[in-house]
Amino acid sequence: MTDIPLEVRSPKRRLGDLTFGATARGAGLLILLALAGVAVFLTLKGLPALGAKSADLDAHANFAAYVWPLVYGTLISAALALLVATPLAIGVALVVSHYAPRRMATALGYLIDLLAAVPSVVYGLWGIGFLSPKLVPIYEWLADHVGWIPLFKGPASTTGRTILTASIVLAIMILPIVTAISREVFLQTPRLQQEAALALGATRWETIRLAVFPYARSGIVSAVMLGLGRAMGETMAVAMVLSASGIVSVNLISSTNPSTIAANIALKFPESSGLSVNALILSGLVLFVITFVVNFAARAIVSRREVSR
Amino acid sequence: MNSTSVRRIALPGIAALVLGLSLSACGAGNESSSDDSSSGGGSLSGTLNGAGSSAQQAAQAAWTADFQKANSGVTINYNPIGSGGGVTQFNSGGVDFAGSDKALDASAGEIDAANKRCGADAIEVPDYISPIAIVFNVPGVKSLNLDPDTAAKMFAGKITKWNDPEIKGENPGAKLPDLAIAPVHRSDPSGTTNNFTDYLSKAAKDVWTWPAAEDWPIKSGEGASGTSGMVDAVTKGKGALAYIDNSQVGNLSVASIKVGSKYVAPSADGASKALSVSKPQTGRPASDIAIDIDRTTTADGAYPIALTSYLIACPTYSGDKADLVKQYLSYVVSTEGQQSAATAAGSAPLPDNLQQQAAQLIDGITKS
Amino acid sequence: MSQVLTTTEPVGRTLPLRRPRLPRWAAPLVGLVAAAASLLVGLVADWSVAGIVVVAGLLYVVVLPGWSLLVENRRSATDRLFSSLVWTALAIALVPLISLLYLVISNGAKEIDGQFLTYSMRNIVGSGGGIYHALIGTLMITATATVISVPIGILAAVYLVEYGGGSRVASSLRFLVDVMTGIPSIVAGLFAYALFEIFFGPGVKMAFGGGVALSLLMVPIVVRSTEEMLKLVPDELREASYALGVPRWKTIVRIVLPTASAGIVTGVTLAIARVIGETAPLLIIAGATTSVNTSLFSPQTPTETLPVFIYYSYTQPGLNPQYSVDRAWGAALVLIVIVMILNLLARLLGRMLAPKSGR
Repeated sequence: MTDIPLEVRSPKRRLGDLTFGATARGAGLLILLALAGVAVFLTLKGLPALGAKSADLDAHANFAAYVWPLVYGTLISAALALLVATPLAIGVALVVSHYAPRRMATALGYLIDLLAAVPSVVYGLWGIGFLSPKLVPIYEWLADHVGWIPLFKGPASTTGRTILTASIVLAIMILPIVTAISREVFLQTPRLQQEAALALGATRWETIRLAVFPYARSGIVSAVMLGLGRAMGETMAVAMVLSASGIVSVNLISSTNPSTIAANIALKFPESSGLSVNALILSGLVLFVITFVVNFAARAIVSRREVSR
Repeated sequence: MNSTSVRRIALPGIAALVLGLSLSACGAGNESSSDDSSSGGGSLSGTLNGAGSSAQQAAQAAWTADFQKANSGVTINYNPIGSGGGVTQFNSGGVDFAGSDKALDASAGEIDAANKRCGADAIEVPDYISPIAIVFNVPGVKSLNLDPDTAAKMFAGKITKWNDPEIKGENPGAKLPDLAIAPVHRSDPSGTTNNFTDYLSKAAKDVWTWPAAEDWPIKSGEGASGTSGMVDAVTKGKGALAYIDNSQVGNLSVASIKVGSKYVAPSADGASKALSVSKPQTGRPASDIAIDIDRTTTADGAYPIALTSYLIACPTYSGDKADLVKQYLSYVVSTEGQQSAATAAGSAPLPDNLQQQAAQLIDGITKS
Repeated sequence: MSQVLTTTEPVGRTLPLRRPRLPRWAAPLVGLVAAAASLLVGLVADWSVAGIVVVAGLLYVVVLPGWSLLVENRRSATDRLFSSLVWTALAIALVPLISLLYLVISNGAKEIDGQFLTYSMRNIVGSGGGIYHALIGTLMITATATVISVPIGILAAVYLVEYGGGSRVASSLRFLVDVMTGIPSIVAGLFAYALFEIFFGPGVKMAFGGGVALSLLMVPIVVRSTEEMLKLVPDELREASYALGVPRWKTIVRIVLPTASAGIVTGVTLAIARVIGETAPLLIIAGATTSVNTSLFSPQTPTETLPVFIYYSYTQPGLNPQYSVDRAWGAALVLIVIVMILNLLARLLGRMLAPKSGR
């Protein structure tokens, strides 16, 4: 009987692992650094605006009064856009992944990606040229028939360039992002789960509800967060489509609409100089903080209901 | 990785790279040096960067094209980011010249900043004059006569229908329908708004009680972004009323304004006339000609709703740049230059007195 | 004993093996009837085409599940309802797409010819000229942004999924990347300008700066989508690889990334599509010009891109707006075609990189 010596060795630290791990961490740190840079930039350039006078603040008394209608407009337009886009995007993603035949599905996926290819300037032109005039009769109908709801009080805008129209344009802009990511996530659901559900006699919808959605929840939330970020930060299309008056208004279909922070910066920046530029940058910081808070809240809601895999 | 998969990835990548490089290696079809058939014997070469007013953009494009055709070694870039941005960049030394829809603001320290950048008094001369037209969309009505008070009331929302007796009084022959007036304003701050509100506040001061401003003072009603946005809004909105640069009027209906006892339609000559009877602002350095347009003039044929855009430059530049700037800006304010801009952009050529003053100042640009 | 209780009924009579089902031609029939009814009423009541289509759709979505509820059971009705809703969503999503494409193609197709694609706007006033300078600018700046953001994005996602685990750093990074998606594009441009101003002085106009500004907008999309795709790679694959003794980095590079490659490529394409159409940041950091610029790093040379060209051509058209506006639409069409070609190439790449799967 020979003794085989038992060597206790610490696990070999491969060079490849060390380098790769360090590179990955480095990439993460670089992103954090860039983000910190943006935050520092916004703060440094924005803080002087706190002492700005009314003339630089678009005739508002102080910065809070200046930025509040913009915050309201940003939140409303983003919320409306998400409300319209999310069910549509999930529906389209389901069609591509589960309902449509294979060939048709690839073609459809490509078509929806075509929406992402359109530059935001063209969305603005389409919004002014095609969508707004088409929505005018609908707004007039709303003002006539449900005008007692403050949302649709009217008088309806004659050109249709309202915050509701801008939100619809935003919804169409974020549709491809949410659809594409949802589609990829739905396609990756394990077939075993779906086939097991079908074997138990579930209808197609029940299969999706039982086997696909729980698996895809985190992906859908990511997709929606990306869409939300895009909606809140969209500059050009909103600046062109929205008839902005810079006041808070619940009325969704009139000519007097609140502007969004990003559109406001785009409209005012070219002609601004001095402290008004700082005010615009400070409003950018406010948008940053809002995105922070909204993401935080969304995460809190989702993590409470998340099913651990 | 086995060699086949490396090849499968590398090949298309290399193909794309080669394509991209070859694409960037050849220049544009119209930019080869042998192409400029009229390549002037310009010994000038170099790059000139300007920025500022977007109102001047079309004119600057015409001036740049003419100058580059005559001097093929020169490249001039004008970035129409807006007057505020242009002045800021000029004052920080970022561009060689700037275009601005309003003269340098002494109270905001802009004149001091510009002088500091130049090391001497900065040159500011008008180089672009454009009439501002009042346009509207009322089916069946091609033109209207309005006096300043009526126009002010319509824009302020004090007159709300097109068939109001006050409008009818000035236009007895027009078939005015019972349609609501929808005034449209610029949602982005602009020199057009500034000049229009300046006119309303001076010519209709009892009705229009707000001061001149780049931002429309009334926080309601339809807002459009840019002149093209205004044109779209008026074209599509029944009963819409707006103020736009005259060169973009196209097929829209235009209003004639009462000047003195006659109604004057917007025209380049009218704007020129209004400028020629206006006086320069006082209290500015000798090299700074900022004009206070006389909005209440009664001169025959003058159209006082006009926008003046300025050119801001330094009296000295280092090296070859001085000559380049001098030649280009001299062309800009010269008779041919102004005529070229009028053809391309619909502007009004500088009146003779202003043109001579400007040319004199620019002629004084020297090497530092 | 003969007292045996026998039942003559078979046991399974209360549980039939087959349930009543709607006939196979039920769905097309309902569709036809809904369309016909809506058309009839619409023609009489003088509705618009859009109104007729909407009412037909509503009828279909209500009648078919209703019929199913009566004949079949609740679960089938729900299934049919959601099927119709899902297909309706597709129809709704295709409407703006078709109208956008129609708008761009009808306005822009006539403008595209050899001269349009190979000439710049140098010395052009009025008609003529082309988009060559903007084309080169777009390709240069977008390529720069892609080269910067794709490696960083994918590596950061790898960190989040493979190395980060549940650590504080990883969750903060994930959270902050989400916040980064909300940066308005113009702020990214202002930041890049301020950054480059420190090194190159005021008035800096650099194509590379444009790439940096755009990469700020691209990175969050790349990171988030790659992260989701990596999370979907089954752990069994990783564990099998480790069991074979493959080092961690090799597992990630040779197993995990290729498995997720289709999704990663989708994410990258989305990000490119997002930034290739950006106007506002490039106005500030890359400027505008009518001549071709091929230099990436020259600090005072502006570069024009297609979206900036479209924006300026449309909003500042000069005295004869028709030429300028036509050029703008032609440029828009070229931009969309470029993105779709990139999309196709990306899908091919994704398919090449992916391991053979049963799908």
